[in-house]
Amino acid sequence: MRIERSVLEAIRAVAERAYPHEGCGLLVGDAGPDGEAFVRRHLPVDNQSVEQGTSRNRYLIAPGDFLKAERAVTGEGLQIVGIYHSHPEAPAKPSAYDREHAWPWYRYLIVSVSRGTAGEARAWELVDDRSEFVEHTVAVEDSN
Amino acid sequence: MAVTIHIPGALRPYVGGSGAVDVEAPTVSQALAELTRTHERLRPHLFQEDGRLRSFVNVYVNERDIRDLAREATPLQPGDEVTIVPSIAGGATARPS
Repeated sequence: MRIERSVLEAIRAVAERAYPHEGCGLLVGDAGPDGEAFVRRHLPVDNQSVEQGTSRNRYLIAPGDFLKAERAVTGEGLQIVGIYHSHPEAPAKPSAYDREHAWPWYRYLIVSVSRGTAGEARAWELVDDRSEFVEHTVAVEDSN
Repeated sequence: MAVTIHIPGALRPYVGGSGAVDVEAPTVSQALAELTRTHERLRPHLFQEDGRLRSFVNVYVNERDIRDLAREATPLQPGDEVTIVPSIAGGATARPS
């Protein structure tokens, strides 16, 4: 997965601001014919788990928020290529709960946050049979 | 005349890259059954093993959530727009704290 440096830094800032709760949002960009995703910007989205009191280790993006975002970026000739969320005081690896609720094809960028500071960011994709995630390299690119 | 099912980006690779699929069906349940009959690899991403829709799969008919209508028994009219909308969920651990 390719991502612009400024976008990754902005996502890390979202994760830090949300701490000790999980922050989340959508990765917006395009996908090449080989399926490689290029993240050009991000859309932070309210974590609906806050209302349920579970946002320290849960995130939820409501369907209405998703649909609105998908229609908006499609109008710009872009698409939602993935989702990002933070794991406060936990590694940047998908949990069983992440896998249970994951969609195929989307890249899941997870940012680990420890004591309020964002650490590693790793990208994952659910395999077709939903049995596991495979990891994608995060290639950070400087804007031209 | 068919109904149109709008497909979210995550599922388009399973329907040949298309953003919409037309099917002939009188209810939402039958529309989704027809969709997954013709695109078999979609099934595990929409339905649990017991055949129920996954909890994070939302279905709208003409912009209304079928949970506010008759759920999967919601009747369809020719020309209706059915939209599959993801809820996106996850988190660091299996149990909420």
